[in-house]
Amino acid sequence: MKIDRRGFLKIGGLGILGVAVKPVIDVVSKVKLAEASAKKRVLVEKRLAMVVNLKNCKEGCTDCINACHGVHNVPDIANPKDEIKWIWTESYEKAFPDQEHRFIGGGMKGSPAILLCNHCDNPSCVRVCPTKATFKREDGIVMMDYHRCIGCRFCMAACPYGSRSFNWRDPRPFIKKINPNFPTRTKGVVEKCNFCEERLAKGLIPACVESCKNKALAFGNVEEPNSEIRGILRSNYTIRRKPGLGTGPQIYYIV
Amino acid sequence: MNNRIIIIAGLIIFLCLITFPIWYNVVGGKAAYAPELKIVSEEKQCVESTKYMRAKHMQLLNDWRNSVVREDKRTYTALDGKKYDMSLSNTCLKCHSNKADFCDKCHNYVEVTPTCWNCHVVPEGNKL
Ligand code: SF4
Ligand code: SF4
Repeated sequence: MKIDRRGFLKIGGLGILGVAVKPVIDVVSKVKLAEASAKKRVLVEKRLAMVVNLKNCKEGCTDCINACHGVHNVPDIANPKDEIKWIWTESYEKAFPDQEHRFIGGGMKGSPAILLCNHCDNPSCVRVCPTKATFKREDGIVMMDYHRCIGCRFCMAACPYGSRSFNWRDPRPFIKKINPNFPTRTKGVVEKCNFCEERLAKGLIPACVESCKNKALAFGNVEEPNSEIRGILRSNYTIRRKPGLGTGPQIYYIV
Repeated sequence: MNNRIIIIAGLIIFLCLITFPIWYNVVGGKAAYAPELKIVSEEKQCVESTKYMRAKHMQLLNDWRNSVVREDKRTYTALDGKKYDMSLSNTCLKCHSNKADFCDKCHNYVEVTPTCWNCHVVPEGNKL
């Protein structure tokens, strides 16, 4: 076969085009792979979760909120636009908008539900974080590495539960009593519940669970069939917040 | 060239002025002083040797941070086999509780402003 000058240039051009397109194709095919693997349910030995028994929750009690916000140096900023919260209450209807109707009974209508980060199995916040400041640990805790957070707030847009707060201002002046053993946050980072990972490391249960006198909160490993939490889940009917979104929330509610 | 004297005198004054910081320190005897650190702890040694800590404490702290936050591994085994809890607030600051007379002395000297203290809490009474 004889190649003239024009033919040679055509083939060469096509080759260069191929090299230029390859990285794009690589990226696209990787995205597909990541999606597929996120859906696969792998066998893990540990999956931390919590059960909130709303029937035991006494109206007006804020023990869990005080305990959590106290040990974690969560500032108390009254202005709702700047407010920071790790664990908070919201009316049943707002917390479970897809499981609500006009005739809700059992004292649930309008009564407050305890809310916190759901430490989702398939967390949308982790997907969108461009710096991997938000990541999921092997035991299921959705953690934040505040050192890496650039404050882009993608995660806040992605979380369907409003579990995240942004530090619009320096939080320190709003912390009544600083716990010196736990860092505060700084202006410009997002923060949220960490399932008390610093306490778990010392063998303690989460501060909210410890503080609840009414046994409304239980915490444990749901992959362990004989655990207390699995017993509670076996013997009670439980619901989760917005399960249809596919985030796989791991806070279970007895209503 | 009648202005030669004035030009030379002006140049000399100019040179004196721009080298002022150098000769001022030489005359004042303050040239090349080293910052003096106060150690308030009873302990004889830091987690690693002083030489190592002086040169590498920032890398060490970065490694500690990544290990604790991202891998949930919290125990550091030093070269001499001793084990430590990897924590700035709960290990380092237990001995170096005098941030103003320890950390800040060198950091100010070399003009660096580490962001650690934006979040990690400085022990009471040692703020600057
Ligand atoms: S509740 Fe929100 S912040 Fe928590 S893991 Fe799920 S998506 Fe992320
Ligand atoms: S605000 Fe921070 S944690 Fe949230 S997505 Fe951006 S970098 Fe990640």
